[in-house]
Amino acid sequence: MADYQEFLDGIDRAAYHDREWQWEEDGYTVTRTYHYSPPGCHTSCGILLYEKDGKVERVEGDPLDPCTNGKLCIKCLTLDESLNHPDRLKYPMKRAGERGENKWERISWDEAYDEIEARVKDIWETDGGNAIICVHGTGRNINWQVPFFGQAGLKTPNISTFGFTGFSCYMPRICGSIAPFGDFPIVDASETHADRYNNAEWVPPEVLVVWGNEPLASNADGYVGHWLVQCVQMGTKIISIDPRLTWWGARAEYWLQIRPGTDAALGCAWLNVIIGEGLFDQEYVDCWCSGFDELAASVEKTTPEWAAEICDLDADDIRASARLYAQAKPGAIQWGLAFDQQLSAMALCLAGCDLMAICGNVDVPGGNILVHNAFEINAGYASGENLTPAEWRAKKLNNNFALSIEGGDFVAHASSDGLLQAIEEGFPYPIKMMWIQSSNTLSCPSQDSPRVLKAMRNIPFIVNADPYLTPTSVALADIVLPVAMSAERNSARTWWSPCRAMVKVVDFYEAKSDEQIILDLGKRLNPEVFGQWETDIDWLNWYLHDGTGSFSATTEATDQGGAKNSGKTLFTASWDELVRDPDMVGHAYDEFNATYRKAEKGMFRADGSVGYGTPSGRLELAPMLYRYWGLNTTPFHTEPPESPLSTPELMEEYPLVLTCGGRSFEFFHSEHRQLPTMRELHPQPRVLVNPATAEKYGIQDGQWVWIENDHGRFKQQARVSPVVNEKTVHAEHGWWFPETEPAAPFLFGTFESNPNNCTKAFVTGQGGVGSPIKGMICKIYPVREGDTMPYEQIAATGNFPWYRKVESPRQEEIERFHRAQEAGMEYDVMANQLVDPATGERTDLKTGTKVEA
Amino acid sequence: MTKAILINYEYCTGCHSCEVACKKELGLPKGEFGIKLTETGPWEREGKDGPERWEWTWLPVLTKACDLCASRTQAGKMPMCVQHCQAWCMYYGEAEELAKKMDGGSRWALYAK
Repeated sequence: MADYQEFLDGIDRAAYHDREWQWEEDGYTVTRTYHYSPPGCHTSCGILLYEKDGKVERVEGDPLDPCTNGKLCIKCLTLDESLNHPDRLKYPMKRAGERGENKWERISWDEAYDEIEARVKDIWETDGGNAIICVHGTGRNINWQVPFFGQAGLKTPNISTFGFTGFSCYMPRICGSIAPFGDFPIVDASETHADRYNNAEWVPPEVLVVWGNEPLASNADGYVGHWLVQCVQMGTKIISIDPRLTWWGARAEYWLQIRPGTDAALGCAWLNVIIGEGLFDQEYVDCWCSGFDELAASVEKTTPEWAAEICDLDADDIRASARLYAQAKPGAIQWGLAFDQQLSAMALCLAGCDLMAICGNVDVPGGNILVHNAFEINAGYASGENLTPAEWRAKKLNNNFALSIEGGDFVAHASSDGLLQAIEEGFPYPIKMMWIQSSNTLSCPSQDSPRVLKAMRNIPFIVNADPYLTPTSVALADIVLPVAMSAERNSARTWWSPCRAMVKVVDFYEAKSDEQIILDLGKRLNPEVFGQWETDIDWLNWYLHDGTGSFSATTEATDQGGAKNSGKTLFTASWDELVRDPDMVGHAYDEFNATYRKAEKGMFRADGSVGYGTPSGRLELAPMLYRYWGLNTTPFHTEPPESPLSTPELMEEYPLVLTCGGRSFEFFHSEHRQLPTMRELHPQPRVLVNPATAEKYGIQDGQWVWIENDHGRFKQQARVSPVVNEKTVHAEHGWWFPETEPAAPFLFGTFESNPNNCTKAFVTGQGGVGSPIKGMICKIYPVREGDTMPYEQIAATGNFPWYRKVESPRQEEIERFHRAQEAGMEYDVMANQLVDPATGERTDLKTGTKVEA
Repeated sequence: MTKAILINYEYCTGCHSCEVACKKELGLPKGEFGIKLTETGPWEREGKDGPERWEWTWLPVLTKACDLCASRTQAGKMPMCVQHCQAWCMYYGEAEELAKKMDGGSRWALYAK
């Protein structure tokens, strides 16, 4: 539908009850609202919920919603299956047997709250709030609520999407663009305009680079991938950079089938071509950028020929594709998860930003626009951090404090590996409780998942709030709390634009919304803060009007980038008005995001001066913040730790490159595996194997195969297909099997097909950021009858026979710490010194030497 | 006057939204569809470059169960598949009018009874 006006003209507005938020139709009450999660994805599409007798029976997309124009993916189209699923948690429950036995006793909410309150307050007394870890899943409809609860309610600085080494999802791109740009770039597919593709200023990108993601299936990072298909229908040309052939690659001017984990080399080569051939926008660079000479010098030798060897690409294709992007007016880069899941993460994000900047594609129509959360409604991962007691906040297990990684602490979250170390070793202090909300920790994020299971057993008290009993709840939870789904909650969101509201239309047994659970417990734990809000809607109004917090997922350091929200938002309507007002009916676009070339208009800087929100006011091609954070200020390539180039000696044993985590339309991470329609379309996990590779290893299409590396193995069904090359296989993530045995050791089969049997903790890129999980090496071979299954192996010995644990960078200190503890020494956490209680003598733990008094 | 569905399948992404939206409308059991995706390819085309290099095409097919959402369209609404098509490649209307959209520039299929 390249003709948007024709689409709009063709809608019978009366039939779709234009401007009404609720109406009666054929025995149904129909509510016009937005879906977020659970279940779902990062985006939020306009829906019409058809409710009858207390149940949502049907769901339609809302053609009058400008965000997605009535289009829905199958995750929303199957909402009836999700909402009414018999496996859902109906009541709070307390563990009645051992962990893993799946024996539960129904308790009341008050009983659950009583126990949680008592345990938390006890931990505050004995260990401090920092001994509690607050875990949330990927940033969806809990992305400010749960961090706020953790920091203001549980009073811990240790907030994490736990299990994810190197913050390897989105954080690198956030921080990696805040530093050079001061703000975050997204592709302009007209999504910030209420009149969308009709907007007078907007043009589709001339060239779109789809790099390291498949936006159609993933809808990642608040971005609807199919918006870009609309652009392609309007003439946008494609460059696809992906080890897999996708819809994009099959329609691309250039499909660069890159070797996984080498994208930074390609980025450097593109910069080499564009700068070397003078294809950049000289005037724009002169007026708006800094650090050009430093950048140019750094890429002088990163020629296409150099990169071709590393990336397994053709040098001429690298050169030609770089020219195509550089000469496009405008060009846009749709970057994705692969940027975060390689050792080059921060350097690669910088390369991406440098490309956008020198080609003059920043904040122009059809380029990469710089966006804020609508109306500066900025509550996010750092929300409530000012409400954690300072003494406990100082013990945040970040990369510096927990792992002694030098450089700035620039990610708002605690370090996942730092937390793992604390859980495993009690170092630098023990963990007494974990609160898990909206995360199936074992099945999805946890790298080295068997290790994480074993470690988490050390935690004395674990609470898990989720719509379902998951492998994580069965294996580890002491209390489970039933969470309401999107149609059962009042909520609101901004992830860029527009601001959107979700309305509760039904209840499910005793399930409560994430907001309500947090509010109930928050009032018990910190009444001074949470007592301000009587109802969930009161809290939402606070979010809409006063919800201060960092712009996104970065720490205080980025104040220098001018990205921090300060004080009130720009939103004036109430949550009720947002929902019901005929001019809004659930959404509101803001002016900031709809404006182009904001730097010229003084919109990025607190004082209204011209320029970007960086320390210098320019787009910093070699950012000052990178220097401050201890990172190289220009892009560079880091080879994956195991690869044909870094470990040629391992390639005989593990001849294939393993990449994983590409999305499918049916599932969001570990969600949706219960739904009949999804499993009809996608019954089992699939590993993509090239036909020649399949033949070489005796593998038939549909056959179960082992994927194995030097760490562990897992099994998936082979999908024999030319979409990957002969050197590469691609496996899916997030699989568990709700139809199978819940109890340990099987745990819904969470280990059977899990690529995280093969991933490693404590392997990160510069700054402790990025993890090489998109580019590993492996061998594949058919599953045979009698093979030991992963769950059996893990139950027997904790991990695979050939497994070698990757140690913390502070392993020596940890051992010294344990020896000293056995000898009766005390430990001063903040000073990292051992103290002899008899003499008061102090020993530096790092060096093992006496500290002079 | 013949009602029809036009698909500009050049842009179909194989996202299954048409299939599932339709299944829900018609209440079809597992294994049955009112509209069903077909997939052609992927294969590499000898001697071709750029956008011509790969053949990988999805095309939804209307089954016997499809009534072009007669009751919905009577009420002024779009057929479920058309309303939810994420790729914006489906159109509903008079066959003759729809046929005019076929521009010779991309691949189209016109379905009618």
